[in-house]
Amino acid sequence: MKYLLLIYADEHGFEGMSEEERHEVYAAYEVLMKDLSEKGQSLAGDELQPTSTATTVQIRNGERLVTDGPYAETKEQLGGYFLIDVDDLDAAIDIAARIPSVHQGSIEVRPIAD
Amino acid sequence: MATVAEVVDRAYRDDTGRAVATLIRVTRDFDLAEEAWQDACEQALRTWPQRGVPRDPTAWLFTAARNRAIDRLRRERVGREKTAAAMQIAELEAMGDDMHEIPDDRLRLLFTCCHPSLALDARVALTLRTVAGLSTKEIARAFLVPEPTLGQRLTRAKRKIRDAGIPYVVPPREALPDRLDGVRAVVYLVFNEGYEATEGELIRTDLCAEAIRLARLLDHLIPDEPESRGLLALLLLQHARRAARTDAAGDLVTLEDQDRSRWDHELIDEGLALVDESPRTGSYQLQAAIAACHDRAPRPEDTDWAQIASLYDELERVRPSPVVALNRAVAVAMADGPDAGLRLLDPLADDLDRYHHFHAARADLLRRAGRGTEAAAAYDRALALVGNDTERRYLERRRAALAL
Repeated sequence: MKYLLLIYADEHGFEGMSEEERHEVYAAYEVLMKDLSEKGQSLAGDELQPTSTATTVQIRNGERLVTDGPYAETKEQLGGYFLIDVDDLDAAIDIAARIPSVHQGSIEVRPIAD
Repeated sequence: MATVAEVVDRAYRDDTGRAVATLIRVTRDFDLAEEAWQDACEQALRTWPQRGVPRDPTAWLFTAARNRAIDRLRRERVGREKTAAAMQIAELEAMGDDMHEIPDDRLRLLFTCCHPSLALDARVALTLRTVAGLSTKEIARAFLVPEPTLGQRLTRAKRKIRDAGIPYVVPPREALPDRLDGVRAVVYLVFNEGYEATEGELIRTDLCAEAIRLARLLDHLIPDEPESRGLLALLLLQHARRAARTDAAGDLVTLEDQDRSRWDHELIDEGLALVDESPRTGSYQLQAAIAACHDRAPRPEDTDWAQIASLYDELERVRPSPVVALNRAVAVAMADGPDAGLRLLDPLADDLDRYHHFHAARADLLRRAGRGTEAAAAYDRALALVGNDTERRYLERRRAALAL
């Protein structure tokens, strides 16, 4: 089954890190991504630019509304994702628990609709 | 001579978990498995009165359920699903009238129903429906929710199992302790809802009995788990007092005033034997050991309160919570006097202000310390918070009995 792992964390926390700390986080992500692709479990995965770069688009009554910022202001922001292909939810949860940001933020596990 | 309805009822109670678990293993389909089993039982109710009860009712029912499942797989599976269905049909046909139960089947079912990605109320409902074989109506009545609401809860849970890919497996060894804790929490919740109903009548014996059945099953399926054994012991030792917990009018009788000859000594003996053979490290084991101290005492004044206080001490270390601290304070008060208990209660006021047991316990200690006016105020606070009629009447009597 395919799952999207959505990585939510306080982006200011990440911005406030020292160069060295950030380096460690990226290194931990590298290790995980390498392992997932070796096992053929990773379909895609990316880090997103911070929500300050976000644009929200809506069409209402035929009119296009383009606004600055993320769709919802929340304490933790969507900062990246993995698209994985594994046997079941337990396997997806195990991978979610290995994502470095799980220690500060939260990972939402969403099955992909067939 | 048992009637047909009684035989079917009995098979339904005893065999639903095994039969449904086996059918789910093969078909991976909760609804199909449940409906096939349900249909088989209805078919028995229709045909047995004329044809007579078969020699082995369970085998008959399972064969009928298996055939129903095969029919439905043949009829309903189309396109891509057909190949999978053909394999499932072959496996079902090979079973004959023997359930071929793999002991793991019911365990898998239990772990799936108690998966942490399901909401707690859904876990409880699904476990009672699928593992324990209670009807939707019975579960709805037990939890005082309308039947359609409960039905929707079950439907949503089953849909999530399918759509989110919740596996039908016994978790691997490294995940087992956590997941077992989750299963035990569901069983304990079922018991507690029966033991201290949140609304209306105080005790719902059927829920307590169901929880004990589940605790027995868990202890049987994964033996040598001290905490599962502790849970079973705890439930037995508490349930043993059920007949004495309310009086003829249905009013609450506290442990101190219970007629101990009405305790169920068979259950107590079983519970005590389990407590004596287990270590006292986990929270259920410690709670069982505490219940054992009460159940062992022939009269209230024989209760070993010092031992209970020290067990609560240990429990607070293993699983710190304000409620455990409250119980510890009460035990200390019984061992060392009300003032010692009140000193331990004061720091809990912030955490437990909304909890009627806190104010009721405080009222009782204040009463014992001879501080009647303060006791009355504490009873008033408890009465403002209590939801259960039986407990309310008890608190009102205690408040009225204060010599002010």
